[in-house]
Amino acid sequence: METIKKICQGDVRSASRLIRDVEDKIPSAKAKIKKLFPHTGKSFIIGITGAPGAGKSTLIDALIAELRKKKKDIGVLAVDPTSPFTGGAILGDRIRMQRHVEDPGVFVRSLATRGALGGLSAAVGEAIHVLEAMGKEIILIETVGIGQQEIDIINHAHSVIVVLVPGMGDEVQTMKAGIMEIADVFVINKADRAGAKQLHMELLSMLHSAPAAPENWQPPIVMVGDVYKPEAFADKIAELEKKIEEHHTYLQNSGKLVERIYRKTMVEINDALRANIMEPIMYKLQESGELQSMIEKVKNREVDPYSAAEEIAKRFIK
Amino acid sequence: MTKRKIRVMVAKPGLDGHDRGARVLARCFRDAGFEVIYTGCHQTPEQIVSAAIQEDVDLVGLSCLSGAHRALFPRVVELLHEKDAGDINVIGGGIIPEQDFQLLYDSGIKAIFTPGASLDSIVEWINTNIKPRA
Repeated sequence: METIKKICQGDVRSASRLIRDVEDKIPSAKAKIKKLFPHTGKSFIIGITGAPGAGKSTLIDALIAELRKKKKDIGVLAVDPTSPFTGGAILGDRIRMQRHVEDPGVFVRSLATRGALGGLSAAVGEAIHVLEAMGKEIILIETVGIGQQEIDIINHAHSVIVVLVPGMGDEVQTMKAGIMEIADVFVINKADRAGAKQLHMELLSMLHSAPAAPENWQPPIVMVGDVYKPEAFADKIAELEKKIEEHHTYLQNSGKLVERIYRKTMVEINDALRANIMEPIMYKLQESGELQSMIEKVKNREVDPYSAAEEIAKRFIK
Repeated sequence: MTKRKIRVMVAKPGLDGHDRGARVLARCFRDAGFEVIYTGCHQTPEQIVSAAIQEDVDLVGLSCLSGAHRALFPRVVELLHEKDAGDINVIGGGIIPEQDFQLLYDSGIKAIFTPGASLDSIVEWINTNIKPRA
């Protein structure tokens, strides 16, 4: 197929179009992704996550500049939220990355969440495959601005960077499950602001309260600040890039990379199964009007949702 | 099957930092259910075209209040054609004197909206004229 060939040669137009087809759930997209699949799996995938306004896009912009010094071919997927009311979205991450827009070695594609809840878009898995097939050596994924729990990024990235900023709560926040557990590298961004040292201390104390075994990875903390002092900022970004590289090396040498790829693959199969089983069933139920009448019955307490689901499962899964 | 979602880029070419209008439009397009890519001020036509292709948009909306529209708007259309992306539509808005309309239409700008155009009329134009490719 022409599209496949073009994407494998790095053609931006074809790549972005295929990602669009996946987002819009166009049936022909699946066949194309299948054809691309053998060309995927060679990129190093870095996830960048953190609260809204933490500085994720700006960090990515600076990381791109650092990685381009090493001539790495880079793909970026930047996710921003879709309105639950209108279905519209403002995709504004790339404003911060516009200085790279004419660099042929950098491809930035914005994705809207379109209802996905884990901090990413449902199309992100396939979009990664498209970038991999394009030959992108490094793929940076920016999640939506997240809270404590939206951690789907761990199912897609090899290394996860959690971006924190000072002033977001006391020590107990650093002890909680979820976001604080998934970091391979912590960034304390806007570290020139008040409270950064305290956050650093709290983070250290959290990490030391349950220290990793010596052979395991201990998430480093990189303090990044002074965004308006280009040289100082660039030094910090170089340090961050080095830590990410170290983590990559650790993953490769420790066998953890294989474990992560295993998890990633399992999730991918899980998602594909769900799409192949759940979606056709939901479609049929919707078409026949059965879904609507089921909602009515459950709403009126004539039947409980569990029995209704069991009855449908019996009918469709033999 | 979901319906195709319209993707629009709102861009400000040239040395013009007055982006209030562009921001209002971006917000309005969001509320109309479009996915809006906003790239900020001071963009060259080359940057705008490169971003439009990377984002696979259906439409580029250019906003210019500096008077440079006669040079910048046609250049965006020209570059899109050069990059084999002539199917991406371009509309324009801002402070544009009526006597320039024909020149812009001739260069391939599909519609022009000047101060006073209602947001609804712009959204309606898009919904009527922009069909995301099949």
